[in-house]
This record gives sequence, structure tokens and C-alpha cells, in this order.
Amino acid sequence: MSELLEQALQILERAKGDEHIEVYVSSGTDTEVQAYQGEIEKLSTASSSGIGIRVLTNTPTGARVGSAWVGSLDENAIAETLEQARDNVRFASEDEFIAFATPDGVSSVPMELRTDEVATTPLDDKISWAIELERLVRSGDTRIRQVDSANYSDYDVAAAVASTNGVRATYARSGAHISVEAIASDGKSDQTGWGLSVARSPRDLDLAKASAEAIRRSTRRLGATKPASMKCTVVFDPRSAATLFSVLGSALSGESVVRGRSFFADRVGEEVAMAGFTLLDDPTDARHFAASQFDGEGLACRRNVLIENGVLKGFVYDTVAGRRAGTVSTGSAVRGGISGSPTAGCRALQAVPGEYSQKELLAKVGNGLYVESMSGVHSGVNPISGDFSVGVNGLMIRDGELAEPVREITVASTLQRMLLDILYVGSDVEWLPGASAGQSLAIANIAVSGT
Amino acid sequence: MSAPALVESSVVERVLESALSRGGDFAEVFVEDRSTSSAMLDQRKVEELSSGRDRGAGVRVVVGDTTGFAHTADLSEKGLLAAAQAAAAVAREGGGGVREIALSTLRDYPTTAAIEPGDVDKAKKIELLLHADDVARSEGSAITQVQVGLGDSTRRFLVANSEGVFASDHQVRTRFNVICVALGDTGMQTGYRPVAGTRGFEILTNEAVEEAARGAARQAITKLDARPAPSGDLPVVLAGGSGGILFHEACGHGLEADAVLKDASVYAGKVGELVASPLVTLVDDGTVRGEWGYLAIDDEGRPSARNVLIKDGVLTDYMWDYLRSQKEGRASSGNGRRQSYQHLPMVRMTNTYLLEGTSDADEIVAQTPYGVYVAQLGGGQVNTATGDFVFGMTSAFLIEDGKITTPLRDCNLIGNGPDILKKVDAVATDFSMTPGTCGKDGQSVPVGTGQATMRLTGVTIGGTAA
Repeated sequence: MSELLEQALQILERAKGDEHIEVYVSSGTDTEVQAYQGEIEKLSTASSSGIGIRVLTNTPTGARVGSAWVGSLDENAIAETLEQARDNVRFASEDEFIAFATPDGVSSVPMELRTDEVATTPLDDKISWAIELERLVRSGDTRIRQVDSANYSDYDVAAAVASTNGVRATYARSGAHISVEAIASDGKSDQTGWGLSVARSPRDLDLAKASAEAIRRSTRRLGATKPASMKCTVVFDPRSAATLFSVLGSALSGESVVRGRSFFADRVGEEVAMAGFTLLDDPTDARHFAASQFDGEGLACRRNVLIENGVLKGFVYDTVAGRRAGTVSTGSAVRGGISGSPTAGCRALQAVPGEYSQKELLAKVGNGLYVESMSGVHSGVNPISGDFSVGVNGLMIRDGELAEPVREITVASTLQRMLLDILYVGSDVEWLPGASAGQSLAIANIAVSGT
Repeated sequence: MSAPALVESSVVERVLESALSRGGDFAEVFVEDRSTSSAMLDQRKVEELSSGRDRGAGVRVVVGDTTGFAHTADLSEKGLLAAAQAAAAVAREGGGGVREIALSTLRDYPTTAAIEPGDVDKAKKIELLLHADDVARSEGSAITQVQVGLGDSTRRFLVANSEGVFASDHQVRTRFNVICVALGDTGMQTGYRPVAGTRGFEILTNEAVEEAARGAARQAITKLDARPAPSGDLPVVLAGGSGGILFHEACGHGLEADAVLKDASVYAGKVGELVASPLVTLVDDGTVRGEWGYLAIDDEGRPSARNVLIKDGVLTDYMWDYLRSQKEGRASSGNGRRQSYQHLPMVRMTNTYLLEGTSDADEIVAQTPYGVYVAQLGGGQVNTATGDFVFGMTSAFLIEDGKITTPLRDCNLIGNGPDILKKVDAVATDFSMTPGTCGKDGQSVPVGTGQATMRLTGVTIGGTAA
């Protein structure tokens, strides 16, 4: 048994009377290297651990729950945290739907999401990659004026969830990440571009890809101008499409739905998207960097189809949102580390790939706008009303090819319209960090606001 | 009576000595103990109350242009020394010899809180949440959902470095917010109002709570009649308060010395130049007592200050932390901040605001034939290297014939910092501030922004209407 799970079980033994306890405990290490001008600018190494405790007591008409957390596995701190959680229970409202997860018999899909290589790779190698990444970008194109930061980071974490309801789950995960931001200049103005590479093992990082991406993205934006306002087809690149899918994911959370905060509420069975569009949340697909065997409540993760061939099939639920909706958990509890309580959320979204490569898809579109970065997503997209308005950078599409760069524009529509206005889903799936993978996505009838 | 020091001074001295034992120009220890609590009322039910505690220390060692950093939750001398050795690993040459560190008396800064959050009965906090819910719902039956949140944090920290800084602070912050959802024929709309300060429970008076609840409810109800926002370049009048985020994004981030020294800011090399309309005087001021971005000292132990960044349109200075100011041989401006002991400090804003002008707020609107009136701005984002920014309008109206008319649906504004600063053509006298959270390189810190009602001659509105 893992040490963390053992620690969690010891806390469960302290449950008094009819009190229920759930413990989430995690421990991990991380390394971060930042290179600048051929030297290490920052080197940070750390290990951290902590525990989140929830206490639940049943009442005549439901239950109450309280929680507390601490960034330490020190015995006194844990005891104090348990007391805090108990005290917090007293002040919560009774709620008939509040409950901890109960093991549901679904077994987890075995996956190897951790490698020893994060721990065994010498620090000197990690440092040299950050320095090399910077060098590749600086020397890759004469128009690169500056590299703001070239970073290497990795993590190696383990966690366990256990409850007096019989939940027992352990997780282990590792990952490594390089990213670099290039600033290109044509003497008149500057443009920036990010390049990145993600892998479970540091050995699988691709320096050439990340550096080439930063160079391409920054240099091809040089000379960007602000176009006139128009309505046109927009092709979102894989990274932007992934962001779009994540936004859709928050409206597909059963938590948003049962609270009446999703424009998808009451629409199951309806056609909500273009007929060829299928979106799923599948943490059991090991290609996804957010893949996981267990959810935040310790139930097995599973493949959930959300939109199938344009028809809304359902939502993702944790235990409580599932009960509120009159259904059960879909193994989709997410939690923000030790300090967060579980809530229903998408973890590993992906859209089923279409038949066209990006090149073919651009040719099909003919004329329009290609978006390669979005900003203001947290302020400009409303998953309740569906209003969508974000700032973008990109290139015009002319005669099926990428043409001149454009900047300082917004694209706007509503998420409802955008789903129905999808023209093509690309075959060029890119596995990215975060809750969604992405591929080129063409959507018609989008308002582009320029001059 | 002040609380006992987080770590004894003799231990701090030994940790600093250990951090410099392999060489190095500078070492720092930052010890933090933070307690937080939060409560959320959703649809009249008190959801889970949560309490949290985070204690630990971060040690950094600077060798030339390289910074080594390590952190630990183990505050024993053994744990701290291990972190010091890990941070010192960047001093690759080794053989620094023994450098003796002698700290003077601890400089202890008191809290601005009159009522510590930990001393408030939890039942009293819940009463307040329920009261806000009542007030919000009394605004009209269109209000179908009310969410009220209350969070507070008590952060004690101690910072010491090899240059003799030895200080501790006790920061208490309280934040309350109301979110309302109104339902109408055209769907749902939301309204939002915060109350926040670097203060204790005393800021949550009945009046303040009621005003927030009413404001959020009215905003949601008003937006039910909202029409799609126009698209294109239009004059914009920003109401006093939340419009300050525009200056935080449009130029604040570009005036942070870390971006400037890497020549990754559009404002690099422009001190002394006219970068804005002469109506613009921009200040970053950590000394505004009790404001959300208030600090007695920054997270490097430097007393906070009022720093004028742009005066009458002319760029006067940037914001500095220890590391960046050392490179330039000048003093820090008190802008070295970090999210927690697990993070390295960097240059961050505190309370950033535009000084008020002389125009009348109503007159500014009356003298705008057609445009957009922004009553509340949401979050924003900027690319410091290009100056391009975007931010969301969470409450906006059309201005027609000098009058505020139809409410508009949520959408983004987009612009370029250096460009927008020149477009300020009127600033009023109704100054106010708004609390916010600023994210940079994965670290979040509380900041204040402020300004009086003002007009911009043209901003791109990202709506869908022609």
C-alpha cells in the first residue's frame, strides 16, 4: 500500500460516531529552470505535500459537510485540520443531496502515467535543455530580437483519496514541459510567439519543435495590421480550438447544469452542433496529458461522450451534482489540489478528428481568418449566456492559403451559434497541457471587429 | 502584544550563512504562515465552509545573474538549512567561505485590521451571507439565483536577507462578493459586486453588504434588456472605479522593470518621453491604507511607496523589486511581491490608479454624441512586448445623443497600450477604486485599480452588431 494511502487511512480511523471522513493527501516534487542569455536565470527545486479533509454528518433530511486543509503532513497540523473541518460542519446548511462518493464497482483503466525519469534525469541535463532551447530560438532567425524566457519544468506527484465510505484510490503522475517566448522585430515593431513541448518524461521533450514554433509564430506576425470589420469563416488553430473546447467543457459540467448556469441545460437529445461534431471527455486515453485513473473523489475515470454527431448526449457529474440531477457520478470529480473540494468538471476533452489536415481544411475554407492566439477568454466568454468575444492574433486566409498577419481584432459570436456553424474539424490533433486537446476547427459566420 | 517570531533570529542568521556558504552575492529567507477561511452561500444554502493553513519558508540565493530557490514546509532549523543548501546549488564554483550574518532588531509592522477574521463567530459570517441574499432577491422576481461568498486571510511573514533586512508583517485581507443571475425572455444575465480590503471584518458593515447585493442584482436585471454590442472603433466613456484595470493592463505591466530590463516592454527606454495624453498621471501606490493592494512592506521587506509612473503624460519611472533595482544601481520601489513562500518575488503592482482630472462626469457623457459607456470592466490581459491588451465589459450601455441608453451584452474591448494612453481626452473628478486579482507567470496577488470617469476617443469594441 502506498505511504500516502496509509496516512489517509490512519485519519479515517479517527472518525467519531456517525461522522464520515474523506481525506485527500498529496506529495510531490518539482523543478523549474529558466535560462536567459546563455545562463541560468532561475533554478527552483521544491517538494511539497499537504492534506485536505472533509467531514460529513448525516442529518434527518440530508447531510452537512465542512472542510479544512493544510500544506504539511505534520501530525499536529493534521490533527488541527481535522478539528477545523469538524467545526466547519456545524455551520453548513443541511442539504439532501450532499454525500461522499460510494465505490460504484467501475474498475479503473490501467495506465502508466508516471516515469522515474523525472527523478533520475540529472539536473545538469535539465539546465542544459533550457539553455539550448534559448540558443535555438536566438540563432534560428535573424529577426528574433529577444527571448523573454526559455523554461524547463517538471513534476513528479503522488496522491491518495480515501473515505469512510470505502473509497481507496492512489494516483501517480509525472510530466515535463518546455516553453519559450520569442520576440521578433522587423525594426518597426515587435511580435511575440510561444513555443512549447510537453511529455511525461523529460527525455521525450522536443526542443526542435518548441523552438521552431516560437520562431514561426513570432516572425510570421511581423507587419501585422488591423483589418476592417467583417463577418467571415474563422479557422481556430489546435491551441485556440483546445481553449474553445475547455470553455464548452465548463458549460457541460453537471454542476453548472444543475445550478441553471449552463446554456446546455434541458437540451439533452437536441441537435446543438454541426452533425459531424463529436466531443468527449476521456481521461482513460493515455495520450491525453490530463489522463487519470481516478477522479477527485477516488472513483474510476471513464469515457464520457458529451456531444455525439451534433446531438447533446449528457453531462459530466461528480457525486453531489449527479444526485441533484437524479443520476449518478460519471467519475468526473475534479479538485484543485488539497485546498479545493471536488466539483464536476471535464478533465480530458477531445473532439473526434475529421478527415482534413490543416492544409486541406484551409483550402476548403478558401477565404477567412486563421486564429493562432486568443486573449481575454476569462473575461469575454460567458458559459451561462453563451456570449463569446475574445481578442485574437492571426493571419488572413486567402485562396486557401495563410496570407498576411492581422492583430488587435476581436472575434465574436455565441457559443450556441458557433457549434452549429462548425464547418470542418481537422485531423491534426495536438495533445496539449490543460483540460483539452485541440485540432484545427473551421467555424462560419463569426463577427470580426477591426477598424 | 505582538505574536512570537515565526523563526528565531539566530536560526535565520545561520540559514542565511548556510545559503551563502558556497559563494553567492545575496541570500534571503522568507517565512510565511497563512490562515484562510471561506464560506459560500448558494441558493440560500451554506455550502461547505473551508479553512486552510499554509506554513513554510522559501530561500533564495543570487549569484551574478542567476537565482537559486528552494522552499520547504519544514520550519525546523534542519528543514530550513536543507532548503538553504538546495537554493545554494546554483553557486557552482563553491568555496565562498564563511560570511557572517548579524541581523539587527526585527522591524515588526502591525495589521490594519480592527477585527481579526479569526475572532469573528462563524455564525455571524453566515448571517451576513443570508442578509445579502435577502437584499438581492428583494430587487425583483427576475433574480433567480444568488451566490454570496466571503473569504478572509491572515498572512504573517518574516523576511530577512544578507543585507540586513529583517522585518515582519501581518496582513489581513477580507473579501465579500455577490453574484446574481436574472432570468428574462432572452436568457440569463449576471451581475457582480465585490467588497474587499486589506482590513478585517469591520469593512463588512450592513451598508456595504447591502449596497453590493443591490448593485449585483440591479446589474443583472438591467442586462436582461441588453442588445448585442456594436463592433468597431467607438468613443468609450469609462465610469469611475473599475476602469482602472485598463491602465493596469494597458501600461502597468509594461512598466514593471523585469519586462523593461529584458527589453520586452513597449515602454523600455522611454523615460522622459511623452507616452500619454497630458491628462494622464499614473501612480502605483502601496501605501493607500486598507485598499486591496495595500502593503506596509513588500515581500522583500521594503516599505511600500507611492511611485509616480507617468506624470502629465510623461513617463517618469518604472516599478522595481530588489533584483532589478540592483542591476540598475538604484533602490527598490517596494514592488517586490510573491504569491506565497513557494514563489520567487518579482515586480508586481500594488494599487495602480490614474489621478483625477477636472471635468464633470455627467458633462463627459453629455458631450459624447455616440459611443459606449462602460459601467463595469471585468478582467483583462496584456502582451507587454507588443502592448496589445483585451478586457471584458461586464456592464455597458450605448451612449446616444449624449445620453446613456440601451444596455449591451457582455463583450471584450481590445486595444494597444501606448495607443490608448494618447486617446484620453477627458478625466472627471469622481475617483474611486476597485479590488482585483492580478496574475503574472502563474502567481496571483491582490491589487487595487482606480480612476475617475474618463473618455477615450476610440476603442475597438468586440461586439456582433454592425
